Amino acid sequence: MTAFTGAMEKLSGQQREQHRILIPVLIVALALMSVASVATGAVKIDISSLPGILLGSDQASARDTVILWSVRLPRTFLAMLVGASLAASGAVLQGLFRNPLADPGLVGVSSGSVLAAVATIVLGQNYFGETATRLLPVTAFIGGLLTTILLYSIATRDGRTYTATMLLGGIAIGAIAMALTGVLIFMSTEQQLREFTFWSLGSLGGATWAKAGSVSLFMLFALCLWPILARGLDRLALGEAEAGHMGVNVQILKRAAIVATALLTGAAVAVSGAIGFIGLVVPHLLRLVMSPRHRFLIPAAALLGAILLLAADMVARTIVAPAELPIGIVTACLGGPVFLWMLLTNVRKIET
Amino acid sequence: MQMRNAAVFKLSRRSTVLGSLALLGSLSHTTRAGTITDAGNVSVSVTAPKRIVTIGSAITEIVFALGEKSHVVAVDLTSMGVAGAQGMIDVGYMRALSTEGVLSQAPDLICVSSDSGPPAVLDALRASGVPFALIPHVPTIEGIKVKVSLLGTLLDKAAEAEKLNAGIDAAFAKLAEKIATVKQRPKVLFVLSLADNRIMAGGHTTAADTMITLAGGENIATSFAGYKPISAETILETPPDAIVMMNTGPNSHEAGEVFANTAFAGSPAAKAGALFKMDGSYLLGFGPHTAEAATELAHKLHPELAL
Repeated sequence: MTAFTGAMEKLSGQQREQHRILIPVLIVALALMSVASVATGAVKIDISSLPGILLGSDQASARDTVILWSVRLPRTFLAMLVGASLAASGAVLQGLFRNPLADPGLVGVSSGSVLAAVATIVLGQNYFGETATRLLPVTAFIGGLLTTILLYSIATRDGRTYTATMLLGGIAIGAIAMALTGVLIFMSTEQQLREFTFWSLGSLGGATWAKAGSVSLFMLFALCLWPILARGLDRLALGEAEAGHMGVNVQILKRAAIVATALLTGAAVAVSGAIGFIGLVVPHLLRLVMSPRHRFLIPAAALLGAILLLAADMVARTIVAPAELPIGIVTACLGGPVFLWMLLTNVRKIET
Repeated sequence: MQMRNAAVFKLSRRSTVLGSLALLGSLSHTTRAGTITDAGNVSVSVTAPKRIVTIGSAITEIVFALGEKSHVVAVDLTSMGVAGAQGMIDVGYMRALSTEGVLSQAPDLICVSSDSGPPAVLDALRASGVPFALIPHVPTIEGIKVKVSLLGTLLDKAAEAEKLNAGIDAAFAKLAEKIATVKQRPKVLFVLSLADNRIMAGGHTTAADTMITLAGGENIATSFAGYKPISAETILETPPDAIVMMNTGPNSHEAGEVFANTAFAGSPAAKAGALFKMDGSYLLGFGPHTAEAATELAHKLHPELAL
């Protein structure tokens, strides 16, 4: 135990105490960002009239009330939940695989969800009519989970999960899913293809309270697992055998981490389509400025993920208003260059 | 009033559902008001809409043709080619709509083609409390007339809708009569895109297929449904007499470029220089001008006919 603490001290160096400042800063930033998100949109609603509308004042116009209550508020909550889910999943998976390239796509969730989504759009509409599309969030979620279960069983032999096999298996399953997706795309009509294209670019445009509510259930579940995961992942950073010697049941840890991330990412992809970049990049940005200890890294990643996705969504829905840009384009446009710049200015820190 | 009722009853003989809806619409007659059952099987009622948002080029065209253009405040991207829509506010591509974007135009009626999306946004718009009419999109002559009747009833322009439909019927009947005299139906291929010399053609169940048939042509891409890449060999097997393309956007190609493609080089179409380019939404939109578009295409395919 002392050896572990010592290693942790060395690992984190001077960044050890950063979280004491960083996490409160992120909480304040998230609060400000969510107010900004509720206050901006294609419809001009004066920020001073917001409390009146929210409290149900008589002077509030019916239209503004509808926009605030059934468009912006659920959308803001959904953006926060999805951003937090993706970023926290990314942090957990990078810890689990001890690989900085790991992102939620690696456990097969994304490729499985995409395949299920295109199958729902193409086959569902051909056999069950237009109503099939309404089931898309459910099928995408199930598709993601099934793929993860498949990948997990491929990588598990005699009760032990091999992470390297899982990484490579994830790539193989991704390729197979992509091929099947291609077959379905070939079978699709022009309209179905458009529908799928826009879904795969991601959007929070269809946000409802029901969607926000269902994602928050998974968030709550993951929150319960977080303390166990955080401790285990910190020890796992030293190596699988070392973690085992320090009393971590590595197999249970892996299973918990995979279940938590599959549920979180699956729910996020189901309600918002495939939104890239957040899960991969947020944990990296944070590790540059704070301790890599998962106890702080995971909640900080959730907060920063929520902030970034809120910001991206604000851009997505205002930049071409009254039309709307798919949010995946915004996250990639903003995130790609920022990530590259971070890499270039911190090469030495990342390599050590 | 008398005339309006006559029109309503004439309509009801043809289609009981639409007729009775039209009747419902004309009952309360102090102001313009209408009620329809839309494509989502929901009853939609409006009274004197002044701020209409139309989504889908056919919907926009029909609403304009019914004389309601002055009440349209915003349209979608695909409607920007409709005569008179230039300069109107564009709420984005019909399949990537934004709830707040549409609502930001403060509409009192949203008329949406049923092939719009995403579904979640349509649900949210429906839930917003603003009258929301989902108009069925079926790429057939009957489909166009249903659109016209529904919008006519909803906007309390049943008489105008009846007149518009009568005109559509007459135009198609005239075209069909001429086409019936044709002995030889030219083999036609609709090429949606020719990017990088790969041919994407319109198979059966496409709007392009219907238009080719209406214009007295024979679609050679019948082995598949929808718009799909087609192999050069299939085309070499049944060389087309004419090629139809869209004349706008990145899919517009010059005849020289099209006929340089191996698949087309030796075809009768290349020899005759028969590449016919038409506006995409005019040709494939299935709106009030479709009869004209079909006639125009028929004229190109059958120059011998007096059309």
